[in-house]
Amino acid sequence: MQNIYLGIILAPLMGALIAGLFGRKIGRSGAHWITIIGVATAFLLSLIVLRHHVLSGAAPYNGSIYTWMIVEGIRLEVGFLVDNLTAIMMATVTFVSLMVHIYTIGYMHDDDGYQRFFSYIALFTFAMLMLVMSNNFLQLFFGWEAVGLVSYLLIGFWYKRESAIFANMKAFLVNRVGDFGFLLGIAAVLMAFNSLDYADVFAAAPLMASMTVQIIPGADWSLMTVTCILLFIGAMGKSAQVPLHVWLPDSMEGPTPISALIHAATMVTAGIFMVARMSPLFELSPTALSVVLVIGSITALFMGFLGIVQNDIKRVIAYSTLSQLGYMTVALGVSAYSAAIFHLMTHAFFKALLFLGAGSVIIAMHHEQDIRKMGGLWKYMPITWVTFLLGTLALIGTPGFAGFYSKDSIIEAVHASQIPGAGFAYFAVMLGVFVTSLYSFRLYFLVFHGKERMDHHTQEHLHETPAVVTVPLILLAIPSVVIGAMTIEPLLFGEVFKGVIMVTPEHNVLEHLAEHFHGAMNFALHGLTGLPFILVLAGFGSAWYLYMARPDVPERIRQLAAPVYDILDNKYYFDQFYQRFFARGSCETGTVLWKYVDAGLIDGLLVNGTARWVGWVAAVTRHLQSGYLYHYAFAMIIGLLILLTWFVTR
Amino acid sequence: MLSNYLPVLIFVIIAFIAGTVMVSLGYFLGPRRDDDAKLSAYECGFESFEDARMKFDVRYYLVAILFIIFDLEIAFLFPWAIVLDKIGLFGFAAMAVFLGILVIGFIYEWKKGALEWE
Amino acid sequence: MNFVAPDFMPVVPELFVLTMACLLLVIDVFLEQRQRYITYGVAQLTLLGAALLTLVTYAHAPVTTMFGHYIKDAMGDLLKIFIYLSSAAVFLYSRDYLRRRDLFKGEYYVLGLFGVLGMMIMVSAHSLLSVYLGLELLSLSLYALVAMDRDSPVASEAAMKYFVLGSLASGMLLYGISMIYGATGSVDLQVVSDAVARQGADNLVLVFGLVFLVVGLSFKLGAVPFHMWLPDVYQGAPTSVTLYIGSAPKLAAFALMMRVLVDGLGTLQGDWQQMLIILSVLSIALGNLVAIVQTNIKRMLAYSTISHVGFLLLGILAGSPEGYAAAMFYAIVYVLMAVGAFGMVIMLGRTGFEVENIDDFKGLNDRSPWLAFLMLVIMMSMAGVPFMAGFYAKWMVLQAVVNIGLVWLALFGVVFSVIGAFYYLRVVKCLYFDKPEQSEPIHISLDTEIAISANGLLLVALGLYPTALMTWCATALLN
Repeated sequence: MQNIYLGIILAPLMGALIAGLFGRKIGRSGAHWITIIGVATAFLLSLIVLRHHVLSGAAPYNGSIYTWMIVEGIRLEVGFLVDNLTAIMMATVTFVSLMVHIYTIGYMHDDDGYQRFFSYIALFTFAMLMLVMSNNFLQLFFGWEAVGLVSYLLIGFWYKRESAIFANMKAFLVNRVGDFGFLLGIAAVLMAFNSLDYADVFAAAPLMASMTVQIIPGADWSLMTVTCILLFIGAMGKSAQVPLHVWLPDSMEGPTPISALIHAATMVTAGIFMVARMSPLFELSPTALSVVLVIGSITALFMGFLGIVQNDIKRVIAYSTLSQLGYMTVALGVSAYSAAIFHLMTHAFFKALLFLGAGSVIIAMHHEQDIRKMGGLWKYMPITWVTFLLGTLALIGTPGFAGFYSKDSIIEAVHASQIPGAGFAYFAVMLGVFVTSLYSFRLYFLVFHGKERMDHHTQEHLHETPAVVTVPLILLAIPSVVIGAMTIEPLLFGEVFKGVIMVTPEHNVLEHLAEHFHGAMNFALHGLTGLPFILVLAGFGSAWYLYMARPDVPERIRQLAAPVYDILDNKYYFDQFYQRFFARGSCETGTVLWKYVDAGLIDGLLVNGTARWVGWVAAVTRHLQSGYLYHYAFAMIIGLLILLTWFVTR
Repeated sequence: MLSNYLPVLIFVIIAFIAGTVMVSLGYFLGPRRDDDAKLSAYECGFESFEDARMKFDVRYYLVAILFIIFDLEIAFLFPWAIVLDKIGLFGFAAMAVFLGILVIGFIYEWKKGALEWE
Repeated sequence: MNFVAPDFMPVVPELFVLTMACLLLVIDVFLEQRQRYITYGVAQLTLLGAALLTLVTYAHAPVTTMFGHYIKDAMGDLLKIFIYLSSAAVFLYSRDYLRRRDLFKGEYYVLGLFGVLGMMIMVSAHSLLSVYLGLELLSLSLYALVAMDRDSPVASEAAMKYFVLGSLASGMLLYGISMIYGATGSVDLQVVSDAVARQGADNLVLVFGLVFLVVGLSFKLGAVPFHMWLPDVYQGAPTSVTLYIGSAPKLAAFALMMRVLVDGLGTLQGDWQQMLIILSVLSIALGNLVAIVQTNIKRMLAYSTISHVGFLLLGILAGSPEGYAAAMFYAIVYVLMAVGAFGMVIMLGRTGFEVENIDDFKGLNDRSPWLAFLMLVIMMSMAGVPFMAGFYAKWMVLQAVVNIGLVWLALFGVVFSVIGAFYYLRVVKCLYFDKPEQSEPIHISLDTEIAISANGLLLVALGLYPTALMTWCATALLN
């Protein structure tokens, strides 16, 4: 199996290297073929791994393949931990990645940076696989930074656009905040356990549960709580949780395939994956779990609201992503890790589908992204329409669709949970269902139905997108519909995550759910009468009323509730706040530092001073190197005499 | 142990005194009446026509160096010949190897033409 | 008194190299100039044969022979293998250079082999006498090699300086040896070691002798302030000879330090540790600083050698097994880097043009991306960039120094290696970001190109898998 794991990692990397380094030589089709073959290989091998581990129930593989060095007993190495959790992540990542690769042929058809783009996304696949397959914190951090790097490069892919550069700078800076916490968390792990290996750390974790640290003198903090919260700060950055969420909507400046692959399906879920992987640590700290829960519910609810007022097709979906990530985080907070992973997986399929569908619309609309200038597209692009509708139904949680199973499980899990904050979380996720339904159908109606508001020229050229675009849509639509019903039982109530994810008995909410679970069909039927479904219907009804039946009403509501609208339109003033206090504050601090410390002290004294000093020393010694033999001999004798007097008279 | 060197020391002192006394006696007692002819360098009755520190042909050095190698060989051979009956076959073989290596050097210099004057 | 023939088995590699070198000397004078490749081939075969002999008889436990003057142990054998390897690379890289400069003479290879023999004696020396013998055999070969290009005034000047200063250093070394002999009554390192342990470190004569020994050895390594010959000789000598001086002799000098200071005078560690601290601090500082202002690539590499020697000394002065292993690793990696770097310098020349200045590397990437990449690897490794062999080597010696509590020394090393990175990166900048000044295609024979590629890739491989060689070094030092 080890060779298969290696193959999975290396196939996309080879593709990325060849497309990146020899892009000019192999041409456009060469670039997409080589990367697609690489990723397809990785996907097929991942399926083998999935069968081997999940279906055949093979024991987890944990082994290092390469040790770089051993420092003071701490091993710095590359290794794989492949268990059921990893296998599911690998299959999901490679599948979505493959779809996006194929789709990109159509989407990026006319772009100059074609080869560069393929190289990047294949490289991303490699980095993401490194991240999920890691068996130690160092490699996890490497993968974490590598996916961040590729994300940064891709947000700024169209580097001539000012907004793209601004967006990637923002993503970079915000992620630095998260990564800083993450790094501190890893440092805390290293300090406490003196190892970076998952197996060692998890095995030793229960012994550390009651350890305390004094960061501020006099205050004893639980070591586990501090470590877990620091790690979670990393997850907040990567998985865009409030208040580190601000980069994700702006990341929509990148090409749409990237939004689907990186900013919806895979990279942003790395934080969720990480917390689930770290369940043996998080379970030891109820405080950290509560923090996770509260942050998650705030994200789930309040980011959903923002989706209602957005007019950019991709941004609506981006806010929906934020809200769904909030759901996953909530699931983590109530210790329903498997529900979080379950939602992560279903979400990967339907959100990638929605993004790619949106991309398909954008192609057809000649890169127009404003939904106020769309409408009635269903006649022109039937495949996109149907698949987009399926994705929407999955997203809002229509009973029977994939999203329903995962989201309803989360809601039920929160309901069953007893930990502090669960009450608020339950309210947030419930209301979130209504909001999700509202903004999803608002988007759907505005784009595919109603009056055709685009200009005449665009309308004439409207037609369905080519097969390379629609085939991935269809292939993604299938799991978006069926994957939930197929996998809920083994994933949530079966043995799949046994021994992989650790849940203490008093937190085990899923066990509670299992008592009432009688098959997927039954679950769906039961869902038809549940409160969430009523809220979904209410959302659908409101959307239909506001945007189909009475399109004049929203405008009136906006005028009536102007203050609320302003708050939402300005995204709760997060950006302005950050701009004013952090960005400008640091700019001003930076200016002061630059003027006095940098220019004066560092440049003047250290850099130029060093340079001048180096030059001076070099000139003097150069002078000593006169070329005269007797000078040289003299230097030797002086050296000898100094040594001699020193040691003999000592 | 150092007392063994006492005669040497006495000898050195006597030699030093004798040398100094003879030179200084000549310096103080002898009459000195210099003229041009007496002060000029003496070269068989002629004026000297070039500097005494003349350049030697580089080939002198080559021959001299080559000579020294084989000269030293003799210095090594003498003590060896005296104790040959004590050091046995191994001693003999060792010298044979040494001479063999020298012969190789000899072949080399001969073939290279180092022994030809022109 | 009767002599018993000593056991000749352990010295078979030395005997083989000696025989072959003598044979080569005779064969060569009977060859025509166009048959000179035979000399080259025989020289390479000699190294190969010696390597095989050393490998077959690889020592698992130390054996002394030749009346205690010679020791065969794993450290010696390991270093010898790398001496053969780097010398073979030197012969290969310099072949085409010698040809186009009309220096393709048998003497280069004969003297090269005698030098190798000298190094072998040095690494296997077990008495101060064989230390001196090996050292002089090597040095005399080197003096002659430097002077080989008789028509070049620069080379003659370099040879003259090297010879005079080398004699001075040899004199100091001999003086030190005589002091040690006077204090302990023997030249056998084992006896010396026992005697020193008995009388303790307070003996003034011993310390006196130690200073002279350290100075003599430092000259050979090129540690400041006994480094003055190094830049002039490196620059003045024909590049093929610079390549030779800059590589394998460093391994031998390292071995010499180990034999004399650690095996022989281990009890005086407190004394020589301080001396080496002074030497290494000066070397690291001066080497890195002066290298920055050099424009001549050979001179720059000479100063870089001085700084590397400083790092090498750090490992030895740590005085712990891990420090010795780290220093040994450093020496081997340094030799691989030096062979590669000078090899690149030599290879980029052609008839009527030799690479002299850093500017001659400009735009190499446009002319030959692969060679530029190899040069990049070598420079990065020298600078100590992570995942390169040079990084691990530096890391290990610094760690050894930290472990004996000399944190300031390690910090000093780190600061100066950062400063040092500047001039390596300047070469990299030339390779990739400057426009080429010449457009003539680069002709390199296939075997040379394969060898330099292997050389460069080995540096990457050692950076990624350092533990194998490191373990080998550590175990070799243990027995």
